Amino acid sequence: MLTEECHLNPYLEERGIEVTDTDLGERIVQLRHEPPSHIVFPAIHLKKKDIGELFHQKLGTEKGASDPNYLTEAARGHLRQKFLAAQAGLTGVNFAVAETGGFVVCTNEGNADMGTSLPPIHIACMGVEKLLPRAKDLGIFLRLLARSATGQPVTTYSTHFHGPMRGGELHVVIVDNGRSAILAQPTFRRSLSCIRCGACMNTCPVFRRSGGYSYGYTVPGPIGSLLGPQRDPRKYGGLPFASSLCGSCSDVCPVKIDLHHELYAFRQELVRKKIVPLRKRIGMAVMAFVLARPWLYRLAGRLIRWLVPRLPRAVVYGPWNPWGLHRELPPMPRQSFRELIKLEPPTIVPVRVRKPVEVKAAEINAVESNAGELNASEVKKESQ
Amino acid sequence: MNIRDAILTALRSTAARLDALPLSPLPDAPAPITYPNPEAQFTESFTSVGGRLFRVPDLAALVAELSNLDLYAQARKIVSLVPGVGTSTVDVAAMQRPHELEGVDLAILAGDFGVAENGAVWVPGCSLGPHRAIFVITEHLVLVLPASQIVHTMQHAYDRIRFERPGFGLFISGPSKTADIEQSLVIGAHGPRSCTLFLVG
Repeated sequence: MLTEECHLNPYLEERGIEVTDTDLGERIVQLRHEPPSHIVFPAIHLKKKDIGELFHQKLGTEKGASDPNYLTEAARGHLRQKFLAAQAGLTGVNFAVAETGGFVVCTNEGNADMGTSLPPIHIACMGVEKLLPRAKDLGIFLRLLARSATGQPVTTYSTHFHGPMRGGELHVVIVDNGRSAILAQPTFRRSLSCIRCGACMNTCPVFRRSGGYSYGYTVPGPIGSLLGPQRDPRKYGGLPFASSLCGSCSDVCPVKIDLHHELYAFRQELVRKKIVPLRKRIGMAVMAFVLARPWLYRLAGRLIRWLVPRLPRAVVYGPWNPWGLHRELPPMPRQSFRELIKLEPPTIVPVRVRKPVEVKAAEINAVESNAGELNASEVKKESQ
Repeated sequence: MNIRDAILTALRSTAARLDALPLSPLPDAPAPITYPNPEAQFTESFTSVGGRLFRVPDLAALVAELSNLDLYAQARKIVSLVPGVGTSTVDVAAMQRPHELEGVDLAILAGDFGVAENGAVWVPGCSLGPHRAIFVITEHLVLVLPASQIVHTMQHAYDRIRFERPGFGLFISGPSKTADIEQSLVIGAHGPRSCTLFLVG
C-alpha cells in the first residue's frame, strides 16, 4: 500500500526494472493493470471466472477453469519462478520496534518470506508512523491486526527482522510523505494510529456496497477518506462528504481512531480553507440565510411549490440541478406540512400509547410457537 | 539539511508540542489471559489454523510416528535440522545459495516455544540452518516442539524472546494460505502446503 501511495512501481518500471507483486491478490490486479480495491483483499472486486480468464491469457491455465485451488496453484508456480529469479525483495513493514531496531512483516501466503530469503537484497519500506516503542507491544498489535483484518488469531507468518541474511543486505526506507504534517494537527493525529487492517472498510455501509474503487484514493475505506484529503485536499476533498457519519467505522477500529468525528471535522476544515466548490459554498450560504429566517423560509416554500410545477422541464432539470441528473424531483405538494396541520387537526388520529409490557423469555417462545392463537387474542383485546 | 534530518526535525518540533504524549514509562497491557491447560489450548488453536498435531511421549515415539506418515515416506528431498529426527537426504551446509533449496519436499525444524492463544510457534533464526528460506520454500513443514515449552499468550511470548542484532525469527501458525480469490480459503499459497507439529514430552 505504501509503494502504491508513492507510485514506486511505475517509477522503477520506467527505469527498466521489472517489478512483480507477489501477494496473490496484488499479482492479479497487477496483471490487469489495476490498483488494489481493498487493503487486505486487493482483488476482492473480481469474480473467480474473471481471474480464470486472466490466468488463461497470462499464465496459460486451462480455459474456463475457475477453481480457486487450481488458480492459486498456477500462481504459486508462476511466482516461484519470479522469486527464484529476483535480485531484490521489496516489502512493507507492519510494525517496527524502536527499542530493538527491528521490524515485523506479517503475511498468510508466505510471499514476503520467499521474497526476503532468496534474493540477497531486502528493501523494507515503512511509513514513519509504523513504530511501536517496545518489542512487547507487538504481543498486542499482532493480535489486533490479524483479528481485525481477517478474523484470524494471528497471521500465518509474523517474521521479525533484526538484520540482513548472511551475506545479504537489508535496507529500511522510512517514509514521511505528509505524515509529520498530520502529526502536527491535533484533530487528525489519531489517523496515524492506523494499522491498515481494513475493518473500517468492511463495516462501512457505503464502501461495503460500492467497493474500493468508488472514491479514487489508494487506500479505500473510511481511513482513506481521511488520509486522501490530507495528502491532496483539492483532489480528494470530496471524500469526507461521502459519508453518512454513522460511526460504524469508529466502533470497529481496533486502534480507536475516531473516524467519523475526524471526517466531520475535516468537512469544516475544507469549508474554512474554501476547498469546497464555489457552487456548494454559495448554496450553503443561501440555505443558512433562509433557514435562519422562518418568514423567508415559508415564503420560499410557497414560491417553490407554486413555481416548480409551472416551469418547463428543461429549466428545472438544467445544468444547475446535478441532483436531478439521475433522479426525479418528488411531486410538489399543494400545501406545506405547516398548512396541513393547521387545516385538519381534528381528523388526525392520535397515536395510541400502550403501557410497556415486560416479556419473559418463556413467553417469547410461546409467541413463536402459537403465533396464530396470539393473533386471535390480540383481535379480542382490540375489540374490547 | 538532508531529507532524513528534515523529517526528524519536523517530527521533533511536533513532539515537543504534544502535551499528552505518554513519554515514559508506557502503560503495560492489563494482566494477560492464562489458560488452565495451555497444552490443550495450544492443540486446539494449532489445529484450528490448519495445522496437524501429534502428541508423542519421546523422540523414539516421534521417529516411529514420523516414518508412518505418507508425508515422510513419499518425500524425496528431506532436510532435517533437528538432531535424531528423520534423515536428511540433501545437505544444506553444502549449498552456496538458498535457491538450491527449491524442490525440497520436507523440512523438519525445531520450534522454540508455542503460544496457546493462537497456535503460533516461535522459530528462531538459529533453528533454520545456513539458509533461512528453508521454512517457507519447503513443500511441507514438520515442527518439533517440547510440550513443556508452551506459553499462554503473545504477551508471555514476548517476555521470552530476546532480540539480537543481526537476528531473525518468526512465528509460524499453520501452513501458508490465501483467500484472495473470491475469499475462498486455499491452503498452500507460496509456502508449505502443510504444517505438522510433534509435541514431545
